[in-house]
Amino acid sequence: MDFLFIIQQSLSSAIGVNTIIFALAAIGLNMHFGYTGLLNFGQAGFLAVGAYTTAVLVVSFDFSLWAALGMSVLASVLFALLLGVPTLRLRADYLAIVTIAAAEIVRQIARSATFNDTLGGSDGITGKFGKAYFDLNPFTEGLETPILRFSPNDLWVVITGWLLVAAVLGFMWLIVNSPWGRVLKAIREDEEAVRSIGKNVYLYKMQSLILGGVIGSFGGAVYALSRQSVQPDNYSTFLTFFAYTVLILGGAARVFSPVIGSIIFWFLLVFVEQVLRQAVEQNYIPDWLINANQVSQVRFMLVGLGLMLLMVFRPQGIFGDKKELALDARA
Amino acid sequence: MITGWGLARIPGISYPLDVEESHLIVRSVTKMKSTENRSANSLFTSLGRLLVIFTLALLTPLLLSTQASAEEVTTFGGTVLDSAKKPLEGVVLVVRDTTSELGTVTTDAEGRWSYSVEKTGNYWVKLDVNTLPSGQGLTEGAGEEKKVIVFSLGKTLTVLFPIGEGAERVSNFDRTMQLVVDGAILGLVIALAALGLNLVFGTTGLTNFAHGEMLTLGGLLAYFFSAVVGLPVIAAIPVAILAAAFIGGFLQDRFLWKPLRRRGTGLIAMLVVSIGFAILVRYFFLFIFGGDTRQLPQYAGQEGLTFGPVSITPKSIITTSIGIILLVLATLWLLRTRMGKASRAVADNPALASASGVEVERVIRAVWILSAILASYAGMMITVNQGVSFLMGQDNLLLIFAAVTLGGLGTANGAVVGSLVIGLFIQLSTLVIPTELKYVGALFVLIVILLVRPQGILGKKDRVG
Repeated sequence: MDFLFIIQQSLSSAIGVNTIIFALAAIGLNMHFGYTGLLNFGQAGFLAVGAYTTAVLVVSFDFSLWAALGMSVLASVLFALLLGVPTLRLRADYLAIVTIAAAEIVRQIARSATFNDTLGGSDGITGKFGKAYFDLNPFTEGLETPILRFSPNDLWVVITGWLLVAAVLGFMWLIVNSPWGRVLKAIREDEEAVRSIGKNVYLYKMQSLILGGVIGSFGGAVYALSRQSVQPDNYSTFLTFFAYTVLILGGAARVFSPVIGSIIFWFLLVFVEQVLRQAVEQNYIPDWLINANQVSQVRFMLVGLGLMLLMVFRPQGIFGDKKELALDARA
Repeated sequence: MITGWGLARIPGISYPLDVEESHLIVRSVTKMKSTENRSANSLFTSLGRLLVIFTLALLTPLLLSTQASAEEVTTFGGTVLDSAKKPLEGVVLVVRDTTSELGTVTTDAEGRWSYSVEKTGNYWVKLDVNTLPSGQGLTEGAGEEKKVIVFSLGKTLTVLFPIGEGAERVSNFDRTMQLVVDGAILGLVIALAALGLNLVFGTTGLTNFAHGEMLTLGGLLAYFFSAVVGLPVIAAIPVAILAAAFIGGFLQDRFLWKPLRRRGTGLIAMLVVSIGFAILVRYFFLFIFGGDTRQLPQYAGQEGLTFGPVSITPKSIITTSIGIILLVLATLWLLRTRMGKASRAVADNPALASASGVEVERVIRAVWILSAILASYAGMMITVNQGVSFLMGQDNLLLIFAAVTLGGLGTANGAVVGSLVIGLFIQLSTLVIPTELKYVGALFVLIVILLVRPQGILGKKDRVG
């Protein structure tokens, strides 16, 4: 087996574009689920709104990229309001069902032939809408070392992406340690108690939903820009589920844990895939058991199994505090 | 489509990320067919006979144009086919640009037409519907005029006009009647699945995101006993139900949920566990079954029987009747038997029920088995009528959730009422909105109803947080 290659692939992925996207999605979820106790299963919807607003405004409405990015923030605020007004009064499990439905509405509208002309239907939008951003790229050569490998464009996305993640983390750290953040945690622990001291719980939940949603939409914008395309089926419920896996792996209600979770998640995902793939190719694993096309299916099965085991045996993740997540739908 | 996940892109399945970065090696390149019709094939496609030949594919080079060849014209054209996919000769199309009409073309004996332009820009092609043979018309929602954007020269673009048996031939009343029947059958499928989900929720508090996989399990077992073992469908279904009750009911509860209850795992944690389980099982089904939709060998292309305005296949009548019987039996079980009453007691207050001598664990086991029977049969109804794929559960889970939320989570009649409402709404909404958006409509209504009546139609107030 070519272990150097496996390590190179896994490490490049561990700090790569996907890690940044999922870190942002999970930081948003951390705001919702980790700090406020909102079981938002519609995070994919926020990413889709961020990605689609950016792409559609540039491609179909001739906005400049920077204006479109600004509008994508506005659009995700709007989406959070639309989502929050009917759902935030519901109990946790209902909230999960309704938010997952809302995200699915976004995806199905995006892929429908009815709006083919603006949203691109099931093929999505591919175009040079990120040109203004890649024009700023100072790198003409990619990174090529034994343990890391990036193309020039990827290198630019990775560097700017991690700067964005750092800024968002700094913001998160400040805000969850502010009085406002403490009210959120109190809502997570006991809504009635917070109400009894005269706080408007609904308003706080709404603010949390908006902030976390906007952070998620950053992830969507990075997703769209890094690939110069948006495709509706990338924003399915799987995206949300994997973001939850990332969050729970790192440990909810810790500022840095979504990032750590995302790094580990993507390292393992690529590592397992590459090892399996080479094992299959070199016939360490017989073909009747797993063939080359089934490698990634096995990998997803392992993700599912991993999520189950994590939740059962270590629900606080790597860094989390078990006491912080004593959340219970019926309690 | 190329995916760095190394997996053939399966029609209909959604991939969370499409890894195409250079640092990941792309190993498999597989051309797959369009995923366009996913929502159409997932449930009872009602208008199949009315519609369509073709999805409109206005394939402008917008997405792909990288280089223009030396030729100086761009040709656009297409083939006009009637509802039976036979080419139509002599159909007239009019081409214009922003200012004036440029010319007309007529389709040849193979139904083909084409028109060449020498400048980039926007063009419009209008199909003269009066030149279509009688009984044929553009399918609903498809405009007579199509816009063609020519970005660069030297290309060939395809412009398609979807043609069906013209909406004017079917009266609105007839169509409504058909949709009511289709909607009721869809409602029954959802109700079978939703009742099981609700019973499990009622007795254990688990919001089971893996419930959709029980439908797939039922469908796959029916396929296995019918297509692989070779039993006739009518014998395969009872065997499959028994197997599903054992695997999806007994084994699942015994080896997954009961140990978790013993550990005192929280309800939110169990919800997340069920998501992990759903992912695990779904990809396991993909692993063993592959990504395509398969029909049972028997009764595959059955002719519909006509009752007045409504057309329905015999297999659909039979599976629907069995479904109704199962639903009635389940309701009787809940209302009349000791075990059923005990299950309602457990749903109401597990601690009190236990103190009154109800064996809570036995009741929960019975509820899981019943839930598996109902859900797997719902999957078999879909399988017999439309075929089975590993995505069946995922496709239907949100509808089941919508029905349950609408009716009231944890209430048995609520699940049935909510399911019928959702089923009818989904089908009838196609009178007004495009068929591909019918599920969006249903989910949207769910959200609106929650605004007005958060506890659902038959739910109790205490569910509001």
